[in-house]
Amino acid sequence: MKTAVIQFPGSNCDEDAVKAVVATTGEAADLVWYTEEKLDDYDLVIVPGGFSYGDYLRAGAIARFSPVMKAVQDHARKGKYVLGICNGFQILTEAGLLPGALRHNESLMFQSMTLGLVVENAATKFTHHYDSGETIRIPIAHGEGNYFADEATLRSLEANDQIVFRYANGENPNGSVADIAGIINDKGNVLGMMPHPERAVSELLGSTDGKRLFTSILTSWRDAHGRA
Amino acid sequence: MEFQAKINVTLKDSVLDPQGKAVTHALHALHYESVSDVRIGKYMEVRLEAESAVKATELVHGMCEELLTNPVIEKYSFELVEVVS
Repeated sequence: MKTAVIQFPGSNCDEDAVKAVVATTGEAADLVWYTEEKLDDYDLVIVPGGFSYGDYLRAGAIARFSPVMKAVQDHARKGKYVLGICNGFQILTEAGLLPGALRHNESLMFQSMTLGLVVENAATKFTHHYDSGETIRIPIAHGEGNYFADEATLRSLEANDQIVFRYANGENPNGSVADIAGIINDKGNVLGMMPHPERAVSELLGSTDGKRLFTSILTSWRDAHGRA
Repeated sequence: MEFQAKINVTLKDSVLDPQGKAVTHALHALHYESVSDVRIGKYMEVRLEAESAVKATELVHGMCEELLTNPVIEKYSFELVEVVS
């Protein structure tokens, strides 16, 4: 499995994402600059956290129009894996790859802490190494993570099991609707989440609960490609 | 012809505006108790060339829908004026 981690001007979790993929899967991961127009060689594309384009206009609004995003759209259309973390999640909603939008935190404060997440759907290509309903500890760090979707969208997310992670009871840090922390598209190959699994892959970081996200993706890819 | 569009972007009425809420509280603390609500938005001025006001209006709608606003949570209105040099 080959992973591309996209670097926009202002990305700051790109190196962490590369290191997390390599450490947890033992597979190669490359940093790919935002001007790149082809991602054909890659199986997984990670849109990492940070402040792409300084969050000008809205978080993710400008990054969406950079050259690499056309390639990310193609990659997703082909059914290959896309993982958006934090600012990456914001970019994927702005690009229309995931429904809804991320608003300023209800508290208006930037929130940085490790908190509990409930794995709502452990049957996805990204989460099958977790148990359904399991609570894991993953850090967050964001000012605009307050997920919003209108009633109709929310109903269809619920009905199709597209809500993958929710903040654990009483730990919603941003006011997101239905305590949503991460969602997947209807095809099941694009996941967006505000928490940072790449920051939870070593005991030294305080949690290893992010590991199984990356190993889930690896085994999904291996199963699909007939490799043991 | 040159035009200037004066664009106002605000959160949709159905979307909670935490900044507006915080400012409402601050105004109350400053003895402006009669304030019932504050909504905070963005103001943008865009200068553009177009062959007519109709064409310019169409272009500004396009910009607002594609980039300047996020239609999931925001709404916009604008005023178009011709720039006479």
